[in-house]
Amino acid sequence: MSAPNKSYDPVEVEALKPEEIERMRDEALAAIAAAGDLAALQDAKVAHIGDRSPLALANREIGALPPHAKADAGKRVGQARGAVNQALARRREELEAERDARVLVEEAVDVTLPYDRGPRGARHPLTTLTELIQDTFVAMGYEVAEGPEVEAEWLNFDALNLGPDHPARSMQDTFFIAAPDGSEDSGVVLRTHTSPVQARTMLDREPPIYVICPGRTFRTDELDATHTPVFGQVEGLAVDEGITFADLKGTLEHFAATMFGGGLEMRWRPSYFPFTEPSAEIDLQCFVCRGESVGNPDRPCRTCSSEGWIELGGCGVVNPRVLIACGIDPDRYSGFAFGLGLERILMNRHNVEDMRDIVEGDVRFTLPFGMEI
Amino acid sequence: MRVPLSWLREYVDLPAGETGRDVAARLVNAGLEVETVEQVGAELTGPLVVGQVLAIEELTGFKKPIRYCQVDVGKANGTGEPQNIVCGARNFAVGDKVVVVLPGAVLPGPFPIAARQTYGKVSEGMICSARELGMGDDHDGIVVLPPEYEPGTDAIELLQLVDEVLDIAVTPDRGYCLSVRGVAREAAIAYGLPLADPALLDVPQADSDGYPVKIADARGCDRFVARTVSGIDPAAASPIWLQRRIQKAGMRSVSLTVDVTNYVMLETGQPLHAYDRHRLSGPIQVRRAEAGEKLRTLDGVERKLSTEDLLICDDSGPIGLAGVMGGASTEIADHAVDAGSGQVLGTTDVVVEAAHFDPVTIARTARRHKLPSEASKRFERGIDPEAAPAAAQRVVDLLVLIAGGTADAGVTDVAAPRPVRTITIPADHPDRVAGTVYGRETVTRRLQEVGCTVTGADVLTVTPPSWRPDLTDPNDLAEEVIRLEGYDNVPSRMPQAPSGRGLTAAQKRLRRVGRALAGAGYVEVLNYPFLGEAAFDALGLPADDARRRTVKLVNPLNHDEPALRTTLLPGLLAALHRNVGRGNTDVAVFETGLVFRPKAELSVPPRLPVDRRPTVDELAALDAALPDQPRRVAVALAGQSESDGWWGKGRAATWADAVEAGRTVARAAGVELIVRQDQHEPWHPGRCAALLVAGADGTERLVGHAGELHPRVVKALHLPERTCAMEIDLDLLSADGEQRVSGPRVSTYPVATQDVALVVDDAVHAADVEAALRSGAGPLLESLRLFDVFTGEQLGEGRKSLAYALRFRAADRTLTAEDASAARDAAVAEAVARTGAVLRGV
Repeated sequence: MSAPNKSYDPVEVEALKPEEIERMRDEALAAIAAAGDLAALQDAKVAHIGDRSPLALANREIGALPPHAKADAGKRVGQARGAVNQALARRREELEAERDARVLVEEAVDVTLPYDRGPRGARHPLTTLTELIQDTFVAMGYEVAEGPEVEAEWLNFDALNLGPDHPARSMQDTFFIAAPDGSEDSGVVLRTHTSPVQARTMLDREPPIYVICPGRTFRTDELDATHTPVFGQVEGLAVDEGITFADLKGTLEHFAATMFGGGLEMRWRPSYFPFTEPSAEIDLQCFVCRGESVGNPDRPCRTCSSEGWIELGGCGVVNPRVLIACGIDPDRYSGFAFGLGLERILMNRHNVEDMRDIVEGDVRFTLPFGMEI
Repeated sequence: MRVPLSWLREYVDLPAGETGRDVAARLVNAGLEVETVEQVGAELTGPLVVGQVLAIEELTGFKKPIRYCQVDVGKANGTGEPQNIVCGARNFAVGDKVVVVLPGAVLPGPFPIAARQTYGKVSEGMICSARELGMGDDHDGIVVLPPEYEPGTDAIELLQLVDEVLDIAVTPDRGYCLSVRGVAREAAIAYGLPLADPALLDVPQADSDGYPVKIADARGCDRFVARTVSGIDPAAASPIWLQRRIQKAGMRSVSLTVDVTNYVMLETGQPLHAYDRHRLSGPIQVRRAEAGEKLRTLDGVERKLSTEDLLICDDSGPIGLAGVMGGASTEIADHAVDAGSGQVLGTTDVVVEAAHFDPVTIARTARRHKLPSEASKRFERGIDPEAAPAAAQRVVDLLVLIAGGTADAGVTDVAAPRPVRTITIPADHPDRVAGTVYGRETVTRRLQEVGCTVTGADVLTVTPPSWRPDLTDPNDLAEEVIRLEGYDNVPSRMPQAPSGRGLTAAQKRLRRVGRALAGAGYVEVLNYPFLGEAAFDALGLPADDARRRTVKLVNPLNHDEPALRTTLLPGLLAALHRNVGRGNTDVAVFETGLVFRPKAELSVPPRLPVDRRPTVDELAALDAALPDQPRRVAVALAGQSESDGWWGKGRAATWADAVEAGRTVARAAGVELIVRQDQHEPWHPGRCAALLVAGADGTERLVGHAGELHPRVVKALHLPERTCAMEIDLDLLSADGEQRVSGPRVSTYPVATQDVALVVDDAVHAADVEAALRSGAGPLLESLRLFDVFTGEQLGEGRKSLAYALRFRAADRTLTAEDASAARDAAVAEAVARTGAVLRGV
């Protein structure tokens, strides 16, 4: 590099002549424009703007110029290098975009390929249905109570006004547990309903009581298309001051609307249960045909067998005798109770035709129900 | 109870156009469960007429004897000429009256009738059997009618072949509806019409001239009416109308006297019994059986009696099981003609019993002897004690009318005084039960309609009618009012429940466990809890295994499965097997449910009263008699847990999946699981993990097992090879509840990673090596992961290399290479000390 020299004429430095810089710039721009790929661009970069490129060399000469010429030459070289760098960046962007487009096309896959690699799981619809019913009542302020499946006869029957000689007691098709000595008289049964949980709840706490009692129950029915010896029930119990039959109606109407949709009629038929008085059986207008299949052979309804109604369950005002046995003052408190058959709700709500499908554990039945019902 | 509509109309003047379905709808609203309305003879159209057989020609040469008959059908065929009919039955003779269906008619089936060629003759119609007419199952021969009917008479009307029958499932509280009288009463109220009560009869006063009756047990029998009818024609048959009503009501016609007692029972609800007067010796006595006594009942079975059984006796001993079934010795004898002497045999004089027995006594006797009868069904539910004299009178009247008997003058009516039952209720009690306002007048009127006597104003004193023993409590009366006013007319209201606390921690946990397992690819199944010894044998459980100690059923559905499950595995493995058998080779199933483990100390619960709350001790005694019923969760899996596919090879389900399922459950339950090598049936002895948790006090407790099943178990249960399973006691798992998580402090200083490979004996468990590394590494260790297990010749026989990635990080500074190495060395040193590990490749 030359030393500064005041008498030195910048015009004398060939490389810093304006036309020379223009030429170097134009050559660089042409090379950049001509670069067909990123490698060629890199070569062009090294050749035209790299450390040993004419522009870089020219830049070094600026230091040799007298002060008054430096600024001028510096500006010219700087502008040229700027233009080249800009062009370089632009071209790189272009080339990278081209490359990316090409590579991404090459990397394309068939995203419709199946990926059934791991197993799919599901929960049993009776479980998720129970949870749905629980949630419906929990939202109304109820709590969920549970109890043993092998239960004392006193809680399963006696406390519920089903004394030892009550005709309804022998109608319940009870599984009896053998006594320690092998005899029949153990005083213990497989619970025939979840009502003993209601009794336990009343024995356990003071009113107001608003509970729902889901669980497995047992009766000596052989398994067939419509019966199973092990079945699910959800029972509800409200004990409070001033509870009436009207409260029962309002509660179950709300429940039915939640489960099956609104606007369906309900039919309340007088019936008999030892633990409620008055007692009723409830039918819900068929949510599929809305009764239009009745007497209309052209429009048969599978859901209600063209009867127009589906049975929902039994209910009533808690018999004061039950309150007394459970230590609740019947002069101060009254209550209502209801019981719903889970399998029946599942069969109705989801068009299940054969009980055996619910019972047998074939995964093909359960999988479509997924995680929630 | 089957109630023919034609019979019902006899007591209630129902509007002419009302169909069985209309009546059924009204009765359903009143609380009677009408299950079906049977349309008897719905498809039947005539001409169907009485015919008289004029001539019979026996046709031969066919497989069975055939008759070609000429039958007079009056003018029914339009010509008055005899009708030619081919008939295969032989129970009739020339001159008999029969039922003839003529061409153009349709019999139930439907069976259209036309003249047709058969057995070489033209048959212009058919002579009918009972079954062909829809009258019953009798197809042994054709119906031979009593001689009094004219040929050509319409037999549809005569035989009452077209009717509607309401089939009602009578609930235990409505015993009175086990009679046409009771159902008619409900129909009358429902239609607002008067009831013509068939039990409202003039009955002669009781006197001392009747058949003597002594009641030794007034608790068992508080009323006994006895009437005697003499001179009955043993040959007299039940008239058609009587037979038809009994048939339609679902009973069989037996003999005139029996038919009459059954008919009056169906009519009034009062069970009746007729004794052959000549086979009775001495007065009738009602008493309990004595030890060792026996009785041969009408069905021919000799029964050993219990001292609780109530008996009807005479001087010869027991002659009937009161209210359940009569004895053979005093049975009404069928009509017969003695072949030698030509003497007509059969009962001519009868003593009719109409009694009122204690419902509980009858129920127990019927249950004890497994002998539910039409009579016991009614006595159990409670009958109308005031109806006994009228019912007896009805039997007497019918036997006189139909059988030509004569009523004896004497009337026996032994009755214990009956206390008047009254119920006192505030007049607004039904209002308060229903949640609406009926008003006193409505309440009084409705109670009177069902037969109550009502007095008082603001407080009503109500005397229920004799036929309603079920009305005992204020709420019983409320129900009568509410049902008659209509359940549909009760308003709806939502009660205001107090703010609830939502699901309990255990309930939420159970949901999480189910979701976690389903999310991990398991499908939930719900199995029956029944099993037998064979299930334990298949699992290879030792003889003294606690799981063999079961709760047993007295009356199992299947005698091979008399016990309740003590483990979920048998049911779950059966479900897995069922799925595999149906072609699903890759199966992963789970179940949560209770198992039943007898308590160490077995006891029988006390019989507690129901008129008060049991004491805390009494309730504890109830619970003490119940088995432990912990909730368990189990999985079973077989086949591939990852499928082969375009992505490459899949992966077979292994013991590791089963153990991981245990970890999945524990994570969902918010508990950390400790896994240890174990040997426990039914698992493979080398591939069985014990699953434990550390309790709040630091002690570990076993909560379950997981791994691959023992090959013998797989074989015994015909499962796919290498089937795996896991079972955990959820209650034990979660016994400490869930710890509230403290938010960790997250260090943003860089991580320092160190890998180590340790060579150990095969017998050394990875869990122990890991525990040693963790313990030695100290607080700088952020995480540790086993990333390779390697065995090979260079390691030597029985050795394995475990490669771990250790990540160190400090909360307050960037670790130097020296810091990290020191921590790693400390970790390795601990592993060397505890497990004999050798650091590899240094």
